[in-house]
Amino acid sequence: MVFNFPAFSYIIALIVDAFLIFFSLFHVIAFDELKTDYKNPIDQCNSLNPLVLPEYLLHLLFNVLFAAAGEWYSLLINMPLIAYHINRYRTRPVMSGPGLYDPTSIMNADTLTRCQREGWIKLAFYLLSFFYYLYGMIYCLIST
Amino acid sequence: MNTQGNMPEQTLPNGLPPQLGKPNIIPSAVPFNGIDSSHSSRTSSPANRFQQIPASQLPPMRSAIPAAQLPPSGMKPGNNINQITHNYANLNISQITPNSSPKIQPSGTSTPLLIATKTEVSSEGISPIRVQNTFMHSTQSHFTNAHQGSVNGRPPLQANQFQSASFKPSESNNLFTQKLVVNQPEIPTFNASVPKPLPAQSVYQPSQVPLNAITTNPANTLPPIPFNNLQPNMRMGSAPPPRPNYPRPTHQQIPPNPNILPHNQMLSQVPLQPQQTTPFSNVHTNRYPQTNLPSQYPHFNGPVQQNEMKGPSSTNVVQSGFNKLWGQENFDLLQCPNILPPNKIEAPRILLGQDYLDAANCSSDIFRCTMTKIPETSSLLQKSRLPLGILIHPFKDLDHLPVIQCSVIVRCRACRTYINPFVFFVDMKRWKCNLCYRVNELPEEFQFDPVTKTYGDPSRRPEIKSSTIEYIAPSEYMLRPPQPAVYLFLLDVSHAAIESGYLHTFCNVLTACLSDLPGDARTQVGFIAYNSALHFYSLAEGLNQPHEMIVLDVDDVFLPCPDNLVVNLLERKELVTDLLAQLPTRFLSSHDTGSALGAALQAAHKLIGRTGGRITVFQATLPTVGPGGLTVREDPNQRAGIEVHHLNPANDFYKRLALECSGQQIAVDLFILNSQYVDLATLSGISRFSGGCIYHFPLFKASRTVHGEHLERSLKRYLTRKIGFEAVMRIRCTRGLSIHTFHGNFFVRSTDLLSLPNVNPEVGFGMQVSIDESLSDLHTVCFQVALLYTSSKGERRIRVHTLCVPVASTLPDILGSADQQCIVGLLAKMAVDRSMQSSLADAREAFLNVAIDILSSYKLSLNLGSGEGSGLQVSNCLRLLPLYISALLKYVAFRTGTSTRLDDRIKAMCDMKTLPLCLLIQQIYPDLYPIHNLEEQNTVLNVDGESIPQPPHLQLSARSLDSKGAFLMDFGEHMIIFVGPSVSDVFLKQTLGVPNYNAITDQMYDLPILDTLHNQRLNNFINFLNDEKPFVATLQIIRENSPNRNLFIEHLIEDRIETALSYHEFLQHLKTQVK
Repeated sequence: MVFNFPAFSYIIALIVDAFLIFFSLFHVIAFDELKTDYKNPIDQCNSLNPLVLPEYLLHLLFNVLFAAAGEWYSLLINMPLIAYHINRYRTRPVMSGPGLYDPTSIMNADTLTRCQREGWIKLAFYLLSFFYYLYGMIYCLIST
Repeated sequence: MNTQGNMPEQTLPNGLPPQLGKPNIIPSAVPFNGIDSSHSSRTSSPANRFQQIPASQLPPMRSAIPAAQLPPSGMKPGNNINQITHNYANLNISQITPNSSPKIQPSGTSTPLLIATKTEVSSEGISPIRVQNTFMHSTQSHFTNAHQGSVNGRPPLQANQFQSASFKPSESNNLFTQKLVVNQPEIPTFNASVPKPLPAQSVYQPSQVPLNAITTNPANTLPPIPFNNLQPNMRMGSAPPPRPNYPRPTHQQIPPNPNILPHNQMLSQVPLQPQQTTPFSNVHTNRYPQTNLPSQYPHFNGPVQQNEMKGPSSTNVVQSGFNKLWGQENFDLLQCPNILPPNKIEAPRILLGQDYLDAANCSSDIFRCTMTKIPETSSLLQKSRLPLGILIHPFKDLDHLPVIQCSVIVRCRACRTYINPFVFFVDMKRWKCNLCYRVNELPEEFQFDPVTKTYGDPSRRPEIKSSTIEYIAPSEYMLRPPQPAVYLFLLDVSHAAIESGYLHTFCNVLTACLSDLPGDARTQVGFIAYNSALHFYSLAEGLNQPHEMIVLDVDDVFLPCPDNLVVNLLERKELVTDLLAQLPTRFLSSHDTGSALGAALQAAHKLIGRTGGRITVFQATLPTVGPGGLTVREDPNQRAGIEVHHLNPANDFYKRLALECSGQQIAVDLFILNSQYVDLATLSGISRFSGGCIYHFPLFKASRTVHGEHLERSLKRYLTRKIGFEAVMRIRCTRGLSIHTFHGNFFVRSTDLLSLPNVNPEVGFGMQVSIDESLSDLHTVCFQVALLYTSSKGERRIRVHTLCVPVASTLPDILGSADQQCIVGLLAKMAVDRSMQSSLADAREAFLNVAIDILSSYKLSLNLGSGEGSGLQVSNCLRLLPLYISALLKYVAFRTGTSTRLDDRIKAMCDMKTLPLCLLIQQIYPDLYPIHNLEEQNTVLNVDGESIPQPPHLQLSARSLDSKGAFLMDFGEHMIIFVGPSVSDVFLKQTLGVPNYNAITDQMYDLPILDTLHNQRLNNFINFLNDEKPFVATLQIIRENSPNRNLFIEHLIEDRIETALSYHEFLQHLKTQVK
């Protein structure tokens, strides 16, 4: 049982992933609230927008660790999501602040369903990868 | 009577009770009965006037109740059915409209409404006793009434039915089929006229009717002859149909009394023939045959078939046979280049199968759906390839609007729908919501009829009779006391703005309109001028003249003094007038080129943030200083390029500010008077999201007459028109449907709620609708728009519009029910979104694809196997769609290749999003009329008894022009009279008041008023066109060889230009693509 760098990166990934799961849960709930008229889109965007960059950065953080630790397979799994994040942020509406969501276009039915679907898919992905990281961590810890 | 009609089905859904489908149809099968007897029973109505006018002079199109489903081509004046519809429509109007027809109802008056109710009851001959009877009783009596009607009406129909049923299939191979095909377009016409005559009355004098039909409207039956002769050459290019053909259809045409009619008809046709043809024997003769042809035979097989089509549940062999025929109702676009109907294109009527429901349905001017029948599943919608959506003009100025003040507004407890004519009454005490199907209690009060002061039938209430209604809202509908009218004006006084000279016009108009500004005693006004600095004007009490305060620090805006910047108009009127007198000269010497619009808006927001209101911005240059500063993005060399960039805002400053304004009930309206690029793409955000409106005067110079007049008139209308403050609009629709996307200027606050800080009568909205669940168990679906606003008098009011549309389940039904203008309106809105989100090229491609898809799906639905592959077939109700789409592709907003300033393009896009449909269509396809022979045209009389000539609409193509003619093109806000080089001297002298052709200068901006018939006719006609506009259009007279001729020529959009296809080429292109 050795505590090496890959094991460390998995532990960090595990903890960060737990946060990400909460982020995407919040995301899903927020869009559901929008859909059911509980919240004003301006407020909702104001609460969602500050979370976008942190989420992306957290996700990037443990991937950098994976890269440093040489965990190529784990990195590969995450690559599509990173690419998606970069593209999503690149094509965001013109905004002065950080964030993705524009209160004037968010109520469009297409945007709304797209965002909601995005939330669910990310939630599923983070959940599955959580267990994968757990497995990876244990594997690293006991392999040597 | 309309409302009584629903009694028999008290316990049934109001929609289309299948078992009553037949009785409903029957009265309509005796069309002449119904319609003409109504003449006699309503002789007291003012509309009698119309009976004395020769039938041929009657207005083909200007009836308030549209002769609606008329396919455009059917609108010929001589058309029998049309004619009758009009008479009837007028009767109807006179019945409802209060004498004064107040545009804005005084507060708390429900009187006009009550009067209306009274007249209606009495004119229907329902004895007061019956009305006072118990509910069940009256129900019973009406039931028998209706039944009687049906019994009496039945025999002719049946006979007719059989006759035609056996007749048509057998004839289907000879020439006559072609004619049937041509006839088909008329079917809607028939329908349109049918619903109005109501069964009970038609019952009493059935036998007189055919005679009436002939004697009163002899001219109506004429057209067949002249056009019959023309038909073959012009249209089909095939052998002329043998003359004996038409007596035959005539037999069919008149169901009740076949023996008398044909004779009469034939007799009357002969002498009157010349009269009918004269108007068309001018240069444009060749236009008419094609377009009019279909209208000749409206009644031959129309009635029967239509009735068959009407009952959605009937599935007999006869019907399927007719359905096949119906399916052939098509146009070959390539064969008939002149497809524009000579008269105004009316909206297709929505047929609910029950007359009183049809009569109660929302006016097509206010509320339109892209289809008059909603497909029952989304897959069916997909198959039809038509866009589903609604267009609303919610705050339109109405002549007659029932206003109700009551303590309880009856609404569904579950979905909050307002009670409307399409709800179902379960019993006397309960009603079932037509949107969510919840059964609600009916308050006691609702059964009280204020006219008779009795309790009883709830369907007598105005809420149940009219689908457009206004409530004066009680205090539950207020979050705060209704705001006063607050108007704040932001005036650009930079060098360029002073150069343009708009300030002078503005100050003059505002001074003149000060007392006409909508508002009560609390009305407030304020002014901020800005260049690189902000100039505030304190209008404090006791001052001799306004005090100017200049704030130089524009990066961190503050208000120089806490109050007196926005002041009560009544108290400080003199100071305001004084300020307006000084302003135009105040900045003459300044050479400041900066413009701190962002800072000025922030200051304005602070200034009226607590009350809300309206900010009017006059902007002449690109704002460069302070927050929200912009840079020039447009490259003038790229104006004609294929790729168009910078359609999206450069920053989100204006959008964010707009959202803040919207939250505080402030709307920002923009008047852009630029001579150079102002980045409207970015600036427009301030209006788009705050419910404002945008006016654009490109290259504005007040010294140019047209510009000055245009600004003056728009401004005057803008300042004095009705306004609603702190408004919200909610759109509800039947379960199973949902609103997908909204188009217009507003902020979407939740899935069905739009926040509109201000609402004005010239603003329209569009919504795309999606079908979430199958609607197969429904007969009808409803859309309800409720606009809650504060009137300028400080009243909270709710205006409710309800539209009911039947559900259909077959593809031909859906394709046959398309509303082409509405579809174009919605497509234009969608294309604007597409251009912004993706690219202009994408949007253009989408237009093409829509046209191809719709034509393909139509072809598919025709199921043509043999031989008919040639040509480009399109159904009657969609035949203008390719024309409009080709016009859209050449419209400023979507054209490529032609040099277009970016600001003009953006403004055109904003127009597409916000204009009400009628104006939108006029923008993309202006109206062109020949005016050199007005005295030969048919005329109608207006309210003042002046005769208004009705020249036909011409296609926008050089082939419609004539060197001997003069033409009027109407763009909505501007008109051009184009005079051909060899126009007659008489015309020049008597109409234009110039001695010869070369005396027409380039600066003729109005029509002289002369004491000649020609001139009066033209003036009457122009006034008549102006009557329908929000403000009087500016006029320019151009001769053919003037340097300005391009203003006119560039709008002949059917012709080929260097960079775009002509309409014909466009069709050819479509044809190659349609599979």
